[in-house]
Amino acid sequence: MIKIPQTYKNFKIGKWTDGIDVRDFIQKNYKPYKGDNGFLQGPTPRTKKLLKKVETLIKKEIKKGGVIDIDVDTPSSITSHKPGYIDKKREIIVGLQTDKPLRRAIKPYGGIKLTETSCEAYGYKLNPEVKKIFSQYAPTHNDRVFNVYKTWKNFYTPEREMLRKSGVITGLPDNYGRGRIIGDYRRVPLYGVDRLIEAKLVEQEKICGYMNEKNIRLREEINDQIQSLKDLKAMAQSYGCDISRPAENTKEAIQWLYFAYLGAVKEQDGAAMSMGRIDAFLDIYAENDLRSGIYTERQIQEMVDDFVMKLRIVRHLRHPEYNELFAGDPTWITCVLGGIGRDKRPLVTKMAFRFLHTLSNLGPAPEPNLTILWSKNLPENFKRYASKVSVESSSLQFESDELMRPIHGDDYGIACCVSAMTIGKQMQFFGARCNIAKLLLLAINEGRDEFEDKRVVDGVPKLKHNKVLDYNEVKKEYFKLMKWLANRYVESMNLIHYMHDHYDYEKIEMALHDTLVHRFMAFGAAGLSIVADSLSAMKYAKVTAIRDKNGVAKSFKIQGSFPCYGNDDDRVDKIAVEVVTEFVKCLKQNPAYRNAEHTLSILTITSNVVYGKHTGATPDGRKSGEPFAPGANPMHGRDKKGVLASLNSVAKLPYKYCRDGISNTFSITPETLGKSIEIRVENLSNMLDGYFEKGGHHINVNVINRETLEDAMKKPWKYAHLTIRVSGYAVNFIRLTPEQQREVISRTFHKKFY
Amino acid sequence: MQKKIGIQNDSVGRKRLSAVKSKPSIAIDRKSKELIKGMVHSFETFGALDGPGIRFVVFFEGCPLRCLYCHNRDMLDLKDYMSMTPQALLKEVLNYKPYFGAKGGVTVSGGDPIFQPKFLKEFLKLCKKAGINTTVDTSLFTTKEVIDDILPYVDLFMVSLKHFDSKTHQRLTSVPNERILGNIRYLSTLIGSTCHHLPKLWLRYVILPGYTDTRSNLKALVKFLHGINFELIELLPYHTFGVYKWKKLGLKYSLPGVKPPTMRSVLKIKKMLEKEGFKVLLNE
Repeated sequence: MIKIPQTYKNFKIGKWTDGIDVRDFIQKNYKPYKGDNGFLQGPTPRTKKLLKKVETLIKKEIKKGGVIDIDVDTPSSITSHKPGYIDKKREIIVGLQTDKPLRRAIKPYGGIKLTETSCEAYGYKLNPEVKKIFSQYAPTHNDRVFNVYKTWKNFYTPEREMLRKSGVITGLPDNYGRGRIIGDYRRVPLYGVDRLIEAKLVEQEKICGYMNEKNIRLREEINDQIQSLKDLKAMAQSYGCDISRPAENTKEAIQWLYFAYLGAVKEQDGAAMSMGRIDAFLDIYAENDLRSGIYTERQIQEMVDDFVMKLRIVRHLRHPEYNELFAGDPTWITCVLGGIGRDKRPLVTKMAFRFLHTLSNLGPAPEPNLTILWSKNLPENFKRYASKVSVESSSLQFESDELMRPIHGDDYGIACCVSAMTIGKQMQFFGARCNIAKLLLLAINEGRDEFEDKRVVDGVPKLKHNKVLDYNEVKKEYFKLMKWLANRYVESMNLIHYMHDHYDYEKIEMALHDTLVHRFMAFGAAGLSIVADSLSAMKYAKVTAIRDKNGVAKSFKIQGSFPCYGNDDDRVDKIAVEVVTEFVKCLKQNPAYRNAEHTLSILTITSNVVYGKHTGATPDGRKSGEPFAPGANPMHGRDKKGVLASLNSVAKLPYKYCRDGISNTFSITPETLGKSIEIRVENLSNMLDGYFEKGGHHINVNVINRETLEDAMKKPWKYAHLTIRVSGYAVNFIRLTPEQQREVISRTFHKKFY
Repeated sequence: MQKKIGIQNDSVGRKRLSAVKSKPSIAIDRKSKELIKGMVHSFETFGALDGPGIRFVVFFEGCPLRCLYCHNRDMLDLKDYMSMTPQALLKEVLNYKPYFGAKGGVTVSGGDPIFQPKFLKEFLKLCKKAGINTTVDTSLFTTKEVIDDILPYVDLFMVSLKHFDSKTHQRLTSVPNERILGNIRYLSTLIGSTCHHLPKLWLRYVILPGYTDTRSNLKALVKFLHGINFELIELLPYHTFGVYKWKKLGLKYSLPGVKPPTMRSVLKIKKMLEKEGFKVLLNE
């Protein structure tokens, strides 16, 4: 047992003082808050000045083509860069990834060619010394993966092309940082780095006995982790902070926590580098300080504002190919708020309100990715405030705490958009997604790609019912192909993650995990709605394949009507359920690296556009090249009963099989949501209650304005259920002609009266 | 016995109903209520503008009126609908009950649900049995008997006020306004008295520039409202989102020159009504 440090005198002790247990600290010390947002404070003049500086920099960044500057000389690590500031005199929470704000760093351990092309894409030249070292001497993740890929027969089509080119399996993290690991950054303020190093050494002794391969590996990792903790201390010291000891007040808690996160984004550039669950944790310090008068509410909000501003300027250097998959320079600093504890007390604190309030103090922004862990039983005031912020900023997503808490407990966070993990105890091997719509076409076309007629996979027989497709026959061949795809997918992932572990290991992030972590391998599927509707068309209508001279179906003729996914119709919804259940089964038949547990998500991010481009015409009537619907959304234009019917369809997808998450995007104009802000807030809150009660997992609420309406005209697939309504009348926006749409836009925003 | 609705051409060639009692043109067996079927055009599962809370909106086919500015012209001619029993319709609604919360429920609209009074009654009855809040969006162009018949199962009536000059009313809707205004007064007295079931009443007023925003009509509106027990009046600015439906049906839209009112003019009317002591609902 460790002697209780003085700094803990204001806390209730417990298991967390004996060992590393942040959850226990929270449960013993946090104060549930049932009040409203009246206590919140606006931005201070200092915040406003600093914000202006940041906004000017961001404008400059946009003007320069998206990247303001790259440090082409210094491979990034926790200690590689001198301290940097936006405005040293004004910042309260300090620390930048490099020595200048928005200056991007090179992280060559991911891949050297990548790094080089990324620099060139923005007009910069990589330092030739760096290039030499990482091409000839230091191995990189990317290099090592392709070293094995290139002689792996199974990963090639019969025509000798790597399966990646086929578009069935693409976008995997073989050439970008895998991300999706959430360090328990709270451990640094709670314990201080020295205590954490001590704990790691103790764990090492306890766990790694005999020098077999497994234990040698673990020892290696632990020592790398310990080194990264030491580096973290040095980095913080360069900013004038001693993080060897625990934080003593709110400012230190936020600063230490931010340093821990900063260490991660200095070391790594994973696609999603999420924050975890920090609201109730930080509130404990805030409540103490407010009580003892060390800080005022205004000061505490100011610190939160400063912290969030820092998160908004996190930047990673990306390859142009990556930007196609994940458009918009996202960082997915997902920060969950709220939720309910195991003992039924809500985990809503004033800090949850403060984070939401930053959307007002600093303006709306997609980062940090604020995510409400929703339950019907959350305090009414919080539900109201979260709904209000959502309606006004469109910057929130909501996820079902009732669905996730039985599995992950009450101290889990979300990685990226929908992927739940218990903080510090579970990690994952991210696997992006595969294209199950294109897979269906392969089943219909004897394994041939529908664009170039080239054979992607051998052994797919010509269909007996080759012209008018037979539902049962196609389904049978499709499920057989799923086995093939699942096998290639899992094996690829095993390769990718073995290499990432060895050549680009997330030292600081894993230092902030228990040594014996549970591992998930997170697979994904894109195109579910297309598959469900295609199979439905074959089952309930008549689908004729129009084939070319090679027998490849270039288009389909559909006669008769068929139920579409998104209308709360069990006839087709159960097909969607069957498809995901079967795919998960197929995945699980292939052992995963490091005994990871297979999970599946129905999530596309913005890759739904890319996948659409690589997929020809499908039997549901979708045209060749047309974008997929995002995530688990129904295809646009197929709903006949309105938004809730589509929510009901999505809610039927089984979370118990899709444990990596089921993503749903909901777009609506404010006027359609209700006639006044109060009504809109209430309706949104009731809608969330209903959706989660029906079993829904996730929803992105997009209450749109004029600019987004104009975007909807150009990219209708992004706004599947955008409904413009007036009393007694309904029209699906994307069904109107462009003329009508222009009319709606001008009416809705020039003369707002619906 | 199957009785057809009396549809005649009026003086300007528009079809309108001559009969006061409107019957659906489907055979009903009075003994076995299961055979009562209704003509339903479509649903809107997320209705946030058709009564309080989130509502499942059922668009009934058919209407006793033929308003020149109808935005659901595609629901009136008994051509495009689903034939449903009240039980089947309730089954649809129940899928959305978790979304209703404390205030939401079902709204029957269309067309005009009053056009199918037997089906309407049976459906509303089932909703109430299932604990669902009901709202009826109607012109109230019907008989007192029909109103009495459905009254016990209605939580809220939303009744449209079209025009106070009967001749103009007829031009705009194809029927005069005496019956409708009389029915509203009737409903109002029922609300004012001690009944075992008191529905709420909202009035809906379309602001049609040049017709319903005239000084005389607004004056008549105010006078009428002062004699009615109602919770609020909803202002609905005229819009043209429904015009394309007329064109699609090959019908001539006879108000093409009319432009939607400006926000300013609508707010002016709102203010005027609020000054008179009325509660006004407007989408802002």
